[in-house]
Amino acid sequence: MSKNRVPAIEGWFSMDEAAPALQGLRDTESGTVFFPKDVAVSRVPGHADAPLEEVALSRTGKLWSYTTNHYQPPEPYVSPDPFEPYTVAAVELTAERMVVLGQLAPGVEPESLEVGMEMELVLGTLYEDDENEYITWKWKPVGA
Amino acid sequence: MGNEVAILGVGMHPWGKWGRNFVEYGVHAIKAALADAGLEWKDVEFVAGGDTVRNGYPGYVSGATFAKAMGWTGIPVASTYAACATGAQAMEVARTRILAGMCDVAVVVGADTTSKGFLAPTQGERQLDPDWLRFRLLGATNPTYFGLYARRRMDLFGATEQDFAHVKAKNSRHGFKNPNARYKKIFTEEEVLASPMVADPLRLFEICATSDGGAAVVLSSLDYARKHTTDPVRIAAISTVTPTFPNTVIDMPEFATDSAAEIAAPDRGFKDSIAHAAYEEAGLGPQDMDMAEVYDLSSALELDWYENIGLCKPGEAERLLRAGDTSIGGRIPVNPSGGLGCFGEAVPAQAIAQVCELVWQVRGTATDRQVEGARVGITVNQGLFGHGSSVIVKK
Repeated sequence: MSKNRVPAIEGWFSMDEAAPALQGLRDTESGTVFFPKDVAVSRVPGHADAPLEEVALSRTGKLWSYTTNHYQPPEPYVSPDPFEPYTVAAVELTAERMVVLGQLAPGVEPESLEVGMEMELVLGTLYEDDENEYITWKWKPVGA
Repeated sequence: MGNEVAILGVGMHPWGKWGRNFVEYGVHAIKAALADAGLEWKDVEFVAGGDTVRNGYPGYVSGATFAKAMGWTGIPVASTYAACATGAQAMEVARTRILAGMCDVAVVVGADTTSKGFLAPTQGERQLDPDWLRFRLLGATNPTYFGLYARRRMDLFGATEQDFAHVKAKNSRHGFKNPNARYKKIFTEEEVLASPMVADPLRLFEICATSDGGAAVVLSSLDYARKHTTDPVRIAAISTVTPTFPNTVIDMPEFATDSAAEIAAPDRGFKDSIAHAAYEEAGLGPQDMDMAEVYDLSSALELDWYENIGLCKPGEAERLLRAGDTSIGGRIPVNPSGGLGCFGEAVPAQAIAQVCELVWQVRGTATDRQVEGARVGITVNQGLFGHGSSVIVKK
């Protein structure tokens, strides 16, 4: 029996398997978008009263940098046993001009990465238990 | 020069992994700084404590904790926290009180006792705390961010793993005889490059450890100082700037930068703005500096700072390093103390320790690591959640 796929955190991204997107907020006065939407206030100076609307961020950008962690982080990171190294990528969304961190999608070799390459957002498993796979956003080179 | 205050005394408890109560390190540092100043505890009119968030309630009220430990005298206290920039904020609180004419003599102190391994977030299920969430959703430890910056230097500027190891080796040569340093050992580049990979391309010996330690300074008004000494060392500037929206470089513990699509990024980015504000206040520039103490949380990060404090243009830091310009004996020695590479980080004490080093340097009492003829220097550091920290010390 396959496990349920549930988001590792509610409301940060859409569970659209084909074309997932990060969920942000837009300040409708200045047009500036924010991610994550943990504090529902526009952070543009002078716009604290600006109305906000939910917005799906664009799904592609350029790789800003990346690093592979070879040591197990402390809790609350949920690590496989035994620990497996994982890569964190920073991608600058082209439309929003905003750098967003995410883990690298499984199956992509970090050696294949180069700063500046085109990346896209996908869904992937962050960790799992007996019943559920906890899903999060990940970055993958376009066409990989 | 209306913002100057005097540094009458400095003191430190050696860095290490001693496992004792942080209050003991702070008291040790205060006593050393008072002795250095030729003053007594009863002369102190204000205490600014740098908080530690890893030692329970006494750490959150550090000003009172240290005042009580030294013996209550009824004086006012302040307790501040700004992550790695804590010490600079505590100094700024003391300085502004002195400059406002509300006291003549203030003690600034920070001390920490740390556990082993990665700095970890506050425990519990904390879905609204970005510092907790970055570990849960990304596994983004502090070295993760350092690794991102280092990899970008390699791809943008042609930095090499050899360069990063060079920084660590240089700093170990500076600090291995420093009596307050934790790591009293010379590291070769080969040893550094043979240490385990932590956050690619950074290795174990290139990433700052967490340490126990304590540091204190005694600050006074210039008028008071002139009655006690002929030529006091002075603080010419303290910068505690925050970013300007939109902040476009990813900082701990963030998931994302601000968006620069609708509102253009400021001409001067946050890390560049930190030292800039200090230079402006002091009426000095990078060309006037004889040395710098910069926050080498990783070996590669030291190279970023060369550019952020104006020692060279972006992309030129490796050239400075390779030419020996930033070694003692070079044009602009960086981290003559040995830096975090020799100390590890005792968070609330570290920005104060940077100032202690500059004071010993401009007095000409830094012994084996003395920068010849040093008269003015700058410290720089950045605390997570947007805290800038820079102090200019001059003779």
